[in-house]
Amino acid sequence: MNYSEFFAMRMELLILAVFLIVFLFDTFASASARKATTPLAIISFGIATIAGFFCCGETVTAFAGMYETSPVISAVKCILNVGAFIVLLQAVNWIDSEDASIRRGEFFELLFVTLFGMYLMISARHFLLFIIGLESASLPLAAMVAFNKNKYESHEAAVKYIFTAVFSSAIFMMGLSFVYALSGGSLYFADIADSIRFNTNSVLLITAVAFVIAGFGFKLSLVPFHLWTADVYQGAPTSVTSYLSVISKGSAAFAFLVVLCQVFGAVYSDVWEWMMYALIILTITIGNLFAIRQRNMKRFMAFSSVSQAGYIMLGIIAANVLGMTSMIFYILVYVFSNLAVFGVIQAIENKTGLVSMDDYKGLHKSNPWLSFAMTLAVFSLAGIPPFAGFFSKILIFTAATESGDVALYVLVLVSLINTIISLFYYLLVVKAMWISPDAPVVPSFRSSCLERVALWICTFGIILLGLVSCIYGYIYCVSSQAAADGFFMNLL
Amino acid sequence: MELTMLMYLIPSLLMFACGVFGFITRRNLIAILISLELMLNSVDLNFVIFNRFLFPGELEGMFFTLFSIGIAAAETALAIAIIINIFRSVKNIDVKDITKLKF
Repeated sequence: MNYSEFFAMRMELLILAVFLIVFLFDTFASASARKATTPLAIISFGIATIAGFFCCGETVTAFAGMYETSPVISAVKCILNVGAFIVLLQAVNWIDSEDASIRRGEFFELLFVTLFGMYLMISARHFLLFIIGLESASLPLAAMVAFNKNKYESHEAAVKYIFTAVFSSAIFMMGLSFVYALSGGSLYFADIADSIRFNTNSVLLITAVAFVIAGFGFKLSLVPFHLWTADVYQGAPTSVTSYLSVISKGSAAFAFLVVLCQVFGAVYSDVWEWMMYALIILTITIGNLFAIRQRNMKRFMAFSSVSQAGYIMLGIIAANVLGMTSMIFYILVYVFSNLAVFGVIQAIENKTGLVSMDDYKGLHKSNPWLSFAMTLAVFSLAGIPPFAGFFSKILIFTAATESGDVALYVLVLVSLINTIISLFYYLLVVKAMWISPDAPVVPSFRSSCLERVALWICTFGIILLGLVSCIYGYIYCVSSQAAADGFFMNLL
Repeated sequence: MELTMLMYLIPSLLMFACGVFGFITRRNLIAILISLELMLNSVDLNFVIFNRFLFPGELEGMFFTLFSIGIAAAETALAIAIIINIFRSVKNIDVKDITKLKF
């Protein structure tokens, strides 16, 4: 065996190294030294994140084609890295608190394992490796959701999460077994794509695609499959919620794009374009309508992230270079905006334990900076012009209409109307914070240093990403390179 | 009598349907977990059947099944751990008692 192939997966190996460092330290350090686990994890992961930026090599396949890395895949991994780093910064206050600190090592280890699984899932070009990545991304997450051992809600959320996760992967694998029957005995993405090109209207194939989309729908919380989202988001510790809503969703969205375009590209216009069409309309609309009536901020963000997932799917239905670019850009902007909101929710929850929207009334009087960061993030999520969310939305709408199909114009019109609905409920938060005449519920406090750093990073991201176009330019460049390497080759 | 592929596939699909039905209708967490196991096992069976009948010279489906069994075991262990935690808090594992997170 040629061991130099491992060099292709250097992004994964970096995460693995961080995992091992934290794991060994946490296992063998004395009880008093264990306090250093948190800074150790953050610093080593920070180094891995920065090193990841220099690991973006050219397109390489390794392990007999099972694993592939390319500039666009590395770019997605870098985005996930940055997001996970911000999540870690925000988690410090909670993980060092009295309840959680005894298990702080486990939190970091589980987080790194899930990140490793997501990387495998993104890079896999064979369904066996893909399933292993998918499961190692979702099973440890259930343990993370159950992390608040003293709180009943955490366990309830975890049991809901693990049952839906396993149910979805069972459905996904059922679809996979049908695909296997059609594939000529191979589970490589390329081989499957080659063999399904010639019987595109077989019933078995249509069933298989429906099952695969349903499986991914659960992971991404698209609408008929979204019922777990609100409960899990509410019950899980807030750091885990933000991780779940940003990193897990972003990686699953990109993997979804890879599977649909590379494996099922031959049945794009016959089968899955219309399945996705229905899913997107349902997801955006129902996510928005249910978000309006939520008073708990975490449930509110759950439904908001359901509808944001619908917008991300617009990049998949476009299925071209522009769609891929704008999807990755949308994920990047979504990482910063959503993490800013969760950063504020978490800062307030850590100090006071309040998570209801009514508790945010008059927040600007007691905590002007937190209200400021929250307002920017919410404006960005709603897509108000100077902020990054506006640019990501306009780009993804442009991508979806690029083929010129009238049906897709209708889809974009529906999404646009939904943007207005979403503006209503996002502004409810802003109204509670700035306009409500009531005396502030949350007392004035100074959040911890790392939380402020994380919020500053997010705020800069929100303001700069839309204006500094070289980031979008870079993503476009790597996406067109992937397209030139044949990413959309099978599309019909 | 010669056994055809369909005769193996029908029990497997029935098992999957039973799993989905049980997942939706059962009211006990352990029973739901058993239904999930039924679904995962029927997937394994499907892979083995397709491999044996359609591609007898190859082993890809068998390998997939081996890994899938391992994943199913990990998932069961984790789910049971969480169910035990639930049992400790509410002294019950009936679904109708696990309704605190609801709007």
